[in-house]
Amino acid sequence: MFPSQFDYHRAASVAEAVELLSSLPDAKLVAGGHSLIPAMKLRAAQPAALVDIGRIPGLSDISSDGDSLVIGALATHTSVADAAAVRGGCPMLAETAAAIGDIQVRNRGTIGGSLAHADPGADYPAAMLALGAEVTAVGAGGERTIAASDFFVDILTTALADNEVITSVRVPCAAGGAYLKHRHPASSYAVVGVAACVGLDGGDVASCAIGINGVTGKAVLADAAAAALCGGPASADRIAAAAACVGDAFDEPLGDLYASGEFRAHLAGVYTKRALAVAAARAG
Amino acid sequence: MGRYVGTSVKRVEDPRFIQGKGRYVANIQFPDMVHVAIKRSPEAHARITRIDTSAAAAMDGVVAVFTGQDFKDGGCGSLPCGWLVPDTKVPDRPIVVTDRVCHVGDSVAVVAARTPYIAADAVEAIEVDYEPLPTVVDARGAMDEGAPLVHAEIDDNVSYHWALGDQEACEKAFAEADEVVEVELVNQRLIPTAMEPRAAAAQWDAASEEMTVWTTSQNPHPIRLLLSAFTLGIPESKLRVISPDVGGGFGSKIFHYPEEVIVPWVAREIGRPARWVATRTESQMTDSQGRDHVTVARLAMTSDGTFTGLDVETWANQGAYLSTFAPLIPTALYITLLSGNYKMPGVFGKVHGTLTNTVPVDAYRGAGRPEAAYLVERLVDLAATRLGRDPLELRRHNAIPKDDFPYQTPVAFLYDSGDYDRLMATAADNADYAGMRAAQAEARAEGELRGVGVVCCIEASGPAPSAVAGSLGSAVGFWESGEVRVHPTGQVSVFTGSHAHGQGHETTLAQVVADELGVPIESVEVVHGDTGRVNFGMGTYGSRSACVGGSALVRSAEKVRAKVLEIGAHLLEAAEEDVVYDRETGRVHVKGSPESGKDFGELAFAAYTAHNLPEGMEPGLNFVSFYDPANFTFPASSHICEVEVCPDTWEVRILRYVAVDDVGKVINPMIVEGQIQGGIVQGVGQALTEIGSYSDDGQLLSGSLLEYAVPRADLLPGIEVDRIETPSPHNPLGVKGAGEMGTIAATPAVANAVLDALAPLGVTHIELPLTPERIWRAVQAAGNGA
Amino acid sequence: MRHRVCLTVNGKAEEFDVEPRLLLCHLLRAYVGLTGTNIGCDTSQCGSCTVLMDGKAVKSCTVLAVQADGCEVTTIEGLAGADGLHPIQQSFWDNHGLQCGFCTPGMIMTAVEILDRSPGATDADVRHGLEGNICRCTGYENIVKSIVAAGARGN
Repeated sequence: MFPSQFDYHRAASVAEAVELLSSLPDAKLVAGGHSLIPAMKLRAAQPAALVDIGRIPGLSDISSDGDSLVIGALATHTSVADAAAVRGGCPMLAETAAAIGDIQVRNRGTIGGSLAHADPGADYPAAMLALGAEVTAVGAGGERTIAASDFFVDILTTALADNEVITSVRVPCAAGGAYLKHRHPASSYAVVGVAACVGLDGGDVASCAIGINGVTGKAVLADAAAAALCGGPASADRIAAAAACVGDAFDEPLGDLYASGEFRAHLAGVYTKRALAVAAARAG
Repeated sequence: MGRYVGTSVKRVEDPRFIQGKGRYVANIQFPDMVHVAIKRSPEAHARITRIDTSAAAAMDGVVAVFTGQDFKDGGCGSLPCGWLVPDTKVPDRPIVVTDRVCHVGDSVAVVAARTPYIAADAVEAIEVDYEPLPTVVDARGAMDEGAPLVHAEIDDNVSYHWALGDQEACEKAFAEADEVVEVELVNQRLIPTAMEPRAAAAQWDAASEEMTVWTTSQNPHPIRLLLSAFTLGIPESKLRVISPDVGGGFGSKIFHYPEEVIVPWVAREIGRPARWVATRTESQMTDSQGRDHVTVARLAMTSDGTFTGLDVETWANQGAYLSTFAPLIPTALYITLLSGNYKMPGVFGKVHGTLTNTVPVDAYRGAGRPEAAYLVERLVDLAATRLGRDPLELRRHNAIPKDDFPYQTPVAFLYDSGDYDRLMATAADNADYAGMRAAQAEARAEGELRGVGVVCCIEASGPAPSAVAGSLGSAVGFWESGEVRVHPTGQVSVFTGSHAHGQGHETTLAQVVADELGVPIESVEVVHGDTGRVNFGMGTYGSRSACVGGSALVRSAEKVRAKVLEIGAHLLEAAEEDVVYDRETGRVHVKGSPESGKDFGELAFAAYTAHNLPEGMEPGLNFVSFYDPANFTFPASSHICEVEVCPDTWEVRILRYVAVDDVGKVINPMIVEGQIQGGIVQGVGQALTEIGSYSDDGQLLSGSLLEYAVPRADLLPGIEVDRIETPSPHNPLGVKGAGEMGTIAATPAVANAVLDALAPLGVTHIELPLTPERIWRAVQAAGNGA
Repeated sequence: MRHRVCLTVNGKAEEFDVEPRLLLCHLLRAYVGLTGTNIGCDTSQCGSCTVLMDGKAVKSCTVLAVQADGCEVTTIEGLAGADGLHPIQQSFWDNHGLQCGFCTPGMIMTAVEILDRSPGATDADVRHGLEGNICRCTGYENIVKSIVAAGARGN
């Protein structure tokens, strides 16, 4: 397959990227390109210009201050999955990155690109929601941070303006997290992906957040299920009862040839139960 | 036997592949070559009201744009069907349509451009207006009263009806049966998905008026014949067809496709070499697809579990047009296999070949035989459940005893040899079947969903005696040619009409010839896939290359030996009956004195110098044989699969897969095991992951590898392969086909295992593939929803 | 419209003048003439086109040539040194790890990274590591065997 023609600009800085995005009609950002290039090959996307931010220095750094991780937008899935700071501080995030696509895809795909593309079957969004991450973006009006819960707007749609560039993601560290997915047998996307965070206080669940992608057009938080688990021990029964509430999070589950919306909703309950159990064990 | 046959000789073709030096059609490049791209129909059925190619033609870098009318006016004939059962109705299949498209992917217009990128731009710029027509996609639904017609001239969408078997014995069996089990099932549509997309390239020599076509074909000679006689019209003497390295076929590269006509036609028309390489998306919507049967069947038996009759009715989806061998698959390769490995007098089957607005359906690995095996083996499991018998024991009870061979089935075939009881006993031993069942009982007691699937399957491989094929509808013969050309130095070139696209013939056929002649394998080179070098051939499909192609080479090698012996006797000044040809060393010597002999090389040289040959002998040492097989060969297999079904995600996990196959004598165990393993995973794909799906309006829903789930490396934990050997008396090598047995057995083995696992939940049938959702729904429907 | 791309391909530095839309796989095949990198799908699923870019396995059908500017690319043709076969190539030959050969270059290049990351990769590790590569011929059995054996032999 052969993309249609476009102009190519390589930005040397974030400011230049913003400038190019602002001035060029119908321009798109490209970093690793692992969401965009496949769409362009199928000619489902035909941008007039690409602004390549792949070489901007400093944007792929991963750092930790002990409470939070700051992950540069250009960090590849492999580098997130492998980073000691991520594995130690937020194992769920490393697990999520390692669950994306395959070795080759993880070597090229970036966290910023994945978030900006906001594919319903992407793996990161659920984790971002459950972890309460913040996306930092720079646009014509300067830098701003967007809470993950505000970031994902709809299928393939985010809160980013057309000329905004994600520069990093701040992710609170969390020991008690887990991401589990039901992998599509052909595409490797998440049919359902559940990211669960559990914080324990004494023997009881003090905090809980559950992010789910794959089921609906955008990733969602299963607040009712999370609330149901709080205030008591993370016992198998209470986890099962909490997981039974995930259906509340879905307005219109999506279906495809492999799994209907109804079945995805069923799987979401199953994977929520499993993810909560792992997260709680890690929290303890 | 000799030194090589029966041993795992490492493949001689591998060095080029592992170093990236494979010679695939897509690698062919000429300096002034144009890239051909094809405008495909997005509609499943529509009238074309307008085609405007002007914008495309005006693009920089576009060399030419052609429509269907250009090909028609330029002398291209329609694609023929090469297998016609009585009264087959054959819809016209133009190379490029002119006024009506009949499936998504039908070719509408053709572009030739300087680069493939420009060609793709130009294809996009071609404007086509479609007036949609009603569609039909379902094999059985196509025959419904009032169903939309795919072709107006075929007023019931039926291409043919066909039946075979002993109907009287069948009716009697059911009238007298103690027990009858019935099933309605679908052999779903599959998309072959060879990893190399199809491609074609062509170069026209205007001075000599010779055309060379490179194509990803399993059988270049029949393609040349069809190009010459039907579609392109260039005489065979001026047409060379080359199938170099081909990246997998699985049947889908047997057939004559429009692009094999388009590319040489364009090359001649514009006077430049041309190449077309399919994208995967194009392959999914244009490569002939497989299976797609709807079947209603019942099995009759006595109260002691003896099968007495099988009654089958099948609706076989043939797609929008008849692909080259389409009517063969659900007739003479399907109904004929319905007796399975079992002794049952009353087998009768009928099939309706229907036309729909879908991609044409033709042979895909197994071709008819997997459809039969899945049906028969599901029925046998249903019978075991009904009778409360162990499924392995019931199979052994009904298996054709080894002393009954040759065995005449009620559906035409004469099975050559076999020992199905030993086959099943070996599988049971290797799997520790009793242990598996005990583990299953324990697992069930713990509430786990553990299942064991057992099958015993039959294949008919190495088609076929040409006269029989002709009587069944074939337009071609099914013999094979084999030439053994001994050079003056004793080096040997072997020319075979069969074609390797992964099977390793360059190694296995060299093993055969090296042993026949007693020469080192290094001195034997196998040539295939080029009509300019190989005199003729029928190609490779139906697991025929060893049985038929190998046998042709044995015949030629025998002729070489006879002549060498005669020359040797002459030079040794001995009577022919006093000398021997030592097949270990290739030397001819006087009986009892091996030291006083002549080497193969010396004798070959003598044949060419011709200074001192026996009176009247022609010089040279080169023989061609055309081998027409006496019969099919009949491989068999018993596979045992152990699975676990997850009781909440409903995923199937294969715990063990144990295969025992009988493919007769084995030339290269390593290669045979590879064939079996690969075949098994393709069969597991049908059972668990693969389905070619169409919406009601004919859109292909599994149009890329994002949707069509080809098995990945983690689908199975490993495969345990073993074999027994009952040599086939139908060919001089004693071999049976090895290419398809794995696929045939694996689908029912896995399906039976999964349904066995789900039996405690009351589930008795689920259509394939057994995806988590299908299992979940079946469990819910059985009243055990979770 | 056109861009200059400098690449080191199999140790040899080269410059190309390309359209920005040119994919790395097409640059390697049509411009450099290295046709060992095969193209088996349109959607980044099959892994036949896998090459090493700065030492990492990537699907060259999903990389623009302009994105690879300045990178070192290793294809199947450049994997071995002057003295014969790379141990993984040898292991594929020894263990019948290929049939039609079309997916093989991508399998071998992916195997390089699998064993780089995990020299003692087990059967299960390798099956998981091949999630981005499709083979239709072998059933993966001997591919897995080839890679595990190469790892066990110290790669």
